[in-house]
Amino acid sequence: MGAIFRRELGSFFTSSIAYVFLAVFYAFSGYFFYASSLYSATTDMSGLFSSLFLIIVILIPVLTMKSFSEEKKQKTEQGLLTAPVSLGGIVLGKYFATLLMYIMGISIVFVYALILSYFGDVSWNIVLSNYLALFFVGCAFIAVTMFVSSLTENQVVAAVFGILLLMVLYLLDFIAGYVKIDFIANILNSLSFYEKYYEFTCGIFNLSSVLFFVSTAVIFNFLTVRVFEKRRWS
Amino acid sequence: MIEVKNLTKHYGDKKAVNDISFVVNDGEILGFLGPNGAGKSTTMNMLTGYISSTSGSVLINGVDVLDDPIKAKANIGYLPEIPPLYLDMTVKAYLNFVFDLKKCKLPRKSHLTDICELCKITDVKDRIIKHLSKGYKQRVGLAQALIGNPPVLILDEPTVGLDPKQMVEIRTLIKKLGRNHTVILSSHILSEIQAVCDRVIIINKGEIAADDTAANLSKKISTDHRLIVRIEGNKDEILFELRKIPGLKYVRADMEREKGVYEYEMEAEEDVDLRREVSALVNKMNWTILYMNSAEITLEDIFLKITMGEGVSEHIKKLKESKSEQNETENGGNN
Repeated sequence: MGAIFRRELGSFFTSSIAYVFLAVFYAFSGYFFYASSLYSATTDMSGLFSSLFLIIVILIPVLTMKSFSEEKKQKTEQGLLTAPVSLGGIVLGKYFATLLMYIMGISIVFVYALILSYFGDVSWNIVLSNYLALFFVGCAFIAVTMFVSSLTENQVVAAVFGILLLMVLYLLDFIAGYVKIDFIANILNSLSFYEKYYEFTCGIFNLSSVLFFVSTAVIFNFLTVRVFEKRRWS
Repeated sequence: MIEVKNLTKHYGDKKAVNDISFVVNDGEILGFLGPNGAGKSTTMNMLTGYISSTSGSVLINGVDVLDDPIKAKANIGYLPEIPPLYLDMTVKAYLNFVFDLKKCKLPRKSHLTDICELCKITDVKDRIIKHLSKGYKQRVGLAQALIGNPPVLILDEPTVGLDPKQMVEIRTLIKKLGRNHTVILSSHILSEIQAVCDRVIIINKGEIAADDTAANLSKKISTDHRLIVRIEGNKDEILFELRKIPGLKYVRADMEREKGVYEYEMEAEEDVDLRREVSALVNKMNWTILYMNSAEITLEDIFLKITMGEGVSEHIKKLKESKSEQNETENGGNN
């Protein structure tokens, strides 16, 4: 797992995906920071954080699109799958490498908070809670899009479907508003990622939401392992 | 040691590999021969645990690949048909990665240096794999398989894409490796198998068509009752006379080799020595004989014959019979 983790992290930087991801993330978050906090002269960062949600919906699939699809295309997965490592080790190695990339991106918010603390009091607890929200949503989304990547050998397909899927997850409560059957609407609402995320941005640290995000991550990583199992057994 | 028992793989209705069994002993170099799509790669993928078998089992040094894949895979160095290379890494970084991936316990630096020397990739070790030629990529793939010094090496068409000089080098290397590794290598180049392997398994349409040493395989089907001769004279007359030889199965005239000289290919019953018969006939008729060769069957012929479907069943039957005879004598010896 360690070897895969290190290689994956290295490949983010050699393939320049890391730079693109970080640059785009920093640029957009910087803009939203400027627009919602600096320009309106407030130390409230919730505006920034709710906008960041949309950015990660688009950027996370870019980060994960090649994690498995490229291995399949270049036939390098054959090397991994015939090496003395477990499937879980392969999936988690890649998962944590991607997660670390993601953390490098989102940690920029602390810099923004520091800048704000220059001008006024920043409520650090809320910043931290927001940061954790971003982190946990990322945990879930990375697992989901990596799963998508494991289903195809085309990076573009992986990215497009990843973005679409995350969009659907992002808009679950919006979709729920159009569903006439209460029963289904309730289910969709309770699955809503945005609502849970929104709670965090208001400073509410809800353990059940954390659990929701973490279990989503676990389930989708498990599914990715199953994809490999299935391919081997079919 | 590798033990394969009744290995079968179905893809839907298609039987890619059908009930294959064989044993490879320690220090043996086994050649896997077959046309494209015969099931060579599928078999190798099952041996290495990349895909599962529909039924049957594979034991690598006594460990079942499906029961304890991690332990079994630790014993195998595998070079797939397309080497699993990360194109954006340098050779050195890649080999280090594989070293970590295999959780290799050997001293890193000296081990990797040795392997680079062995595969002759020391010169390119700082280059990015993407920029290497096919031959070098293939060698990096081989180096990758050798890392950790696994007792079993499985090489799927290791010399594909190499120039003739490199081919010879790699063959020599494989032979060298065969001294302390168990090697299975697949190829559709016969001379390669003949040069490198102790034993040959010919695989066709997912089944073992022959399993023997290369020399034995040629010997078994080689015959003195098949003959190629060039005789000067009237073609029709010669054919007419030749057909009178008792026990002759067929004779046919080939192309005209020189003016008035045709080549005749003939086969007789097994107990007939055609050489004497023909020579006597030639004397009697006062013809001139310009060339005579008993048509010894090469591995190429066997391969073609077996894989083209021409007389396949006959060959298999023959081989199986002699095989079972062999087994019986072996068993008798053991008892």
